[in-house]
Amino acid sequence: MTFQLPNFIPAIPEMFLFVMTMLVLLVELFHSPRFKNLGYYLAQLTLLGALILTIKFYAFQSVVTFHGSYILDHAACLLKIFIFASSFFVLIYTKDYIKENHLPQTEYYVLTLLIVLGMSVLVSAYSMITVYLGLELLSLPLYAMIAFKRDSGLCAEAAMKYFIMGAVASGILLYGISMLYGATQSLVISAVAEKIASASLANNLLITFGLVFVFAGVMFKLGAVPFHMWVPDVYQGSPNAVTLFIASATKLAAFGLTVRLLIDTFHVLHPIWQHVAMVIAILSMGIGNFVAIIQTNFKRMLAYSSIAHMGYLLLGLIAGTEAGYGAAMFYMVIYVIMSLGAFGLLVILSRSGYEVENISDLKGLHTRNPWLAFLMLLVMFSMAGIPPSAGFFAKISVLEALVSAHLVWLAALALIFAIIGVYYYIRVVKTMYFDTAEDESKIVIYGVGKQVAISVNCLSVLALGILPTGLFNLCILAFK
Amino acid sequence: MLIEQIVFIAFSLMLIFAAIMVVCSKNAVTSALYLVYAFFNSAVLWMLMQAEFLSLVLIFVYVGAVMTLFLFVVMMLNINIENLRRSRMKYLPIGILMTALIVGIVIYVVMPEHYISLTPVKATEHYSNISSLGMVLYTHYLYPFELAAVLLLAAIIGAISLTHVGNPKRKVQNINKQIQANKQSRLRIIKMPSEK
Amino acid sequence: MFDAIIALVWIVIKIVIILVPLLIAVAYLTYAERKVIGYMQCRVGPNRVGIFGLGQPIADAVKLFLKETIDPTAANKFLFMLAPVLSLMPALAAWAVIPFNNSWVLANVNAGVLYLLAMTSIGVYGILIAGWASNSKYAFLGALRSAAQVVSYEIAMGFALVGVLMAAGSANLQTIIHSQQGGIWHWFFIPLFPLFLVYWISGVAETNRLPFDMAEGESEIVAGFHVEYSGMGFAVFFLAEYANMILISALVSIFFLGGWLSPFDGIPYLSNLFAWVPGIIWFIAKTFIFLLLFLWLRATFPRYRYDQIMRLGWKVLIPVTIVWIFVVGFAIEFHLSPWFN
Repeated sequence: MTFQLPNFIPAIPEMFLFVMTMLVLLVELFHSPRFKNLGYYLAQLTLLGALILTIKFYAFQSVVTFHGSYILDHAACLLKIFIFASSFFVLIYTKDYIKENHLPQTEYYVLTLLIVLGMSVLVSAYSMITVYLGLELLSLPLYAMIAFKRDSGLCAEAAMKYFIMGAVASGILLYGISMLYGATQSLVISAVAEKIASASLANNLLITFGLVFVFAGVMFKLGAVPFHMWVPDVYQGSPNAVTLFIASATKLAAFGLTVRLLIDTFHVLHPIWQHVAMVIAILSMGIGNFVAIIQTNFKRMLAYSSIAHMGYLLLGLIAGTEAGYGAAMFYMVIYVIMSLGAFGLLVILSRSGYEVENISDLKGLHTRNPWLAFLMLLVMFSMAGIPPSAGFFAKISVLEALVSAHLVWLAALALIFAIIGVYYYIRVVKTMYFDTAEDESKIVIYGVGKQVAISVNCLSVLALGILPTGLFNLCILAFK
Repeated sequence: MLIEQIVFIAFSLMLIFAAIMVVCSKNAVTSALYLVYAFFNSAVLWMLMQAEFLSLVLIFVYVGAVMTLFLFVVMMLNINIENLRRSRMKYLPIGILMTALIVGIVIYVVMPEHYISLTPVKATEHYSNISSLGMVLYTHYLYPFELAAVLLLAAIIGAISLTHVGNPKRKVQNINKQIQANKQSRLRIIKMPSEK
Repeated sequence: MFDAIIALVWIVIKIVIILVPLLIAVAYLTYAERKVIGYMQCRVGPNRVGIFGLGQPIADAVKLFLKETIDPTAANKFLFMLAPVLSLMPALAAWAVIPFNNSWVLANVNAGVLYLLAMTSIGVYGILIAGWASNSKYAFLGALRSAAQVVSYEIAMGFALVGVLMAAGSANLQTIIHSQQGGIWHWFFIPLFPLFLVYWISGVAETNRLPFDMAEGESEIVAGFHVEYSGMGFAVFFLAEYANMILISALVSIFFLGGWLSPFDGIPYLSNLFAWVPGIIWFIAKTFIFLLLFLWLRATFPRYRYDQIMRLGWKVLIPVTIVWIFVVGFAIEFHLSPWFN
């Protein structure tokens, strides 16, 4: 048996990430107590290094290696860059939070890095096995992280719900993959797609069946209706630091999963899954926007808003064109930036033992800390899709793709839902600016890094709204 | 050929029986033991397919280690069977309906004609399962294989970080101290004036 | 069809030929244990039944046969009866792949080592089920201890065998023995010495023998998992324990001491002198050394505490095996003489 050594170069960021993760694990065991934040700095260094390596080895042509189980293409590179960057921001925001709440620090950093590894494996997976393994590597540590606050009942509940639902979803996905394997006898995505496209298998019931299961699994990970049940409970129950992570970086990975399974594998069957996706998109936008209105818990409201956003994202997929896919990706990236800002602000506002999570907790934020209130205002406007924010442009691009795919009625419907959605975002702004707080004392945020990061994060929402073309073109390029 | 078929049918029937009993038995421990039984039967089926490595590893890993720990936990749980049964009856109709639906669809879809059929080939006499499996595992499937290892590591770290939070009331022995103990640290000889 | 039946009958005859001496050996191992430990402690041991007390095992067996079998109230009767059988069965089934001589082996399978691992790992079910089915706290405690211990030591045991597999390049027991050919210095216990020790210690732990007899722990939990058993049930557990001892001793001698190979191979004068000795004699002799070691351990050491057992297994034995697997890997890569040419 001859064996050709695979090309390791495309996977250098992942390898770097893994080696550094092990280093963090070991260093924390042996370092002296004088270097208190060594784990944090090492973790940040790791993410930065991985980011730089990804940019350095940016693949302008897609490269497949490891015998077809790994691909590095535009979409993978782009998603990885944003995954590493958003995780970097997540760690900046949460550094003080986990210390104040006595969460296990080393484990937090190591598990975060492992999740990041899982995400980057997932977005550049090119075989069904690696897709599944990446997905599990991303979810398994997440279950543990949600339950980190062991004495909190809400956390345990959230972890339990997420774990059970996630396990069922993984099972469903795996079942679908096994169907595909049975029908096509291949695990490599390109080969599966080829077999599906070939005429002899075109109306194979088994493939359709596999598609249904795979589709359900993907929708669960995206958190779209009717697979959305876990989202509000998990968002609310998890510690703010973990919610921040779930709401930002993992969404990018979920989009990576969508790219690999729905676009790369099932693009040929787009006419079939388009209709299912339409129903799911309409339901997501409807339920997400309407239920968000009655929420008093800010995290829960954002959870429903994320469900609605996933509906908008699906619109891009429904269009089924390169521009549509690109728009969906652009939407996801913008959503992650916004959600990073919103939850980041929550984490920053939380003090030791006191979680900011109700909308009423934001009362009078304008007088207590005007700059943070302004940043939150930016994020809320962007989420609502008010020009000139990035959220506006993202929504427009998705709708434009829909219109060019002759689905004007769907675009109109989405617009109506978007207008309904504006209400609850504006309500948050109203609470911050026009309600008076019970406690008028100023909120002082310590740590320059945190302040700079959150400012950059939230201002980029504005910047990307004014100058979206660069990023947008990159996203479109990913599906050329 | 005939004997193989008899063995196959016998063990498949037992496997199905065991699988049904896993779900239906009233006691959690009995359920777990039926699962062990199911593993054995499927190990035999694998053996029939000349996959002796997988078959034995199934027994070694699942029966020998995983299920032992599983039983360990299940035996310590104090489950109120009466309550469980009542709630089960409540969901029975819809459960049966859903099961029938799904099983019906699956049977309809998973027909042999939807698969590309391959005729199984008997292995030659000196064919070694282990070496051929090792060959693909460490070459063709190197990347997924290593990823699976990372996944297990992540699971270990997650599980330990959830369970191993030092409880201040825990009575833990300091092993280092214990080993370094000598007779001077345990025993003190006091000179006392003898009584008159 | 007729051929198949003949083959089947032939296999049954072979099984009987293996099992009958084995069971006799088990019976006399109990006698040997009492005698040897007796002498170690300056006692005489059993000496009333027959010459030198040689009839003692038979008398014990008859006594246990005639005793009443008691079912504890509220015990799960089926599992209660099943447990002793489950603990004896794997100990006997494992002998199917043990080679006694160059051609004496019931089933010369390729995955022999795996089969042995599988069989030794399911022995714990007897204990676990006995502990649970007895409906007794002592028995249950014993079962839990035993389950945790066996699972922990199985890892070290498996890793030790990985070293053997690498050195021999095969999972077939005959091949493993053949690759140790060429005299005592070719045996694996020299290049794999740490693994040899680890395997032996884990073997002792796996059989729940002193100093690892947490599952019984007479002074703490009365008799552990078999506290509720009497008569035949107790006898079968007893049988299983001693059968396991013999099995582990045989395995150590196969994996690390060349099984049925003569220790004098390759020594100019001695190898001719001992050429007439059949392999099975060497095999039995090597097995006996380890059986004696079992008894010696029991006579010498006090029982480990639970956390100490876990610590030894996880923090000492497993790291040692992992390190040594790397060493073996390098030794094979660089063809270290005379083992890995």
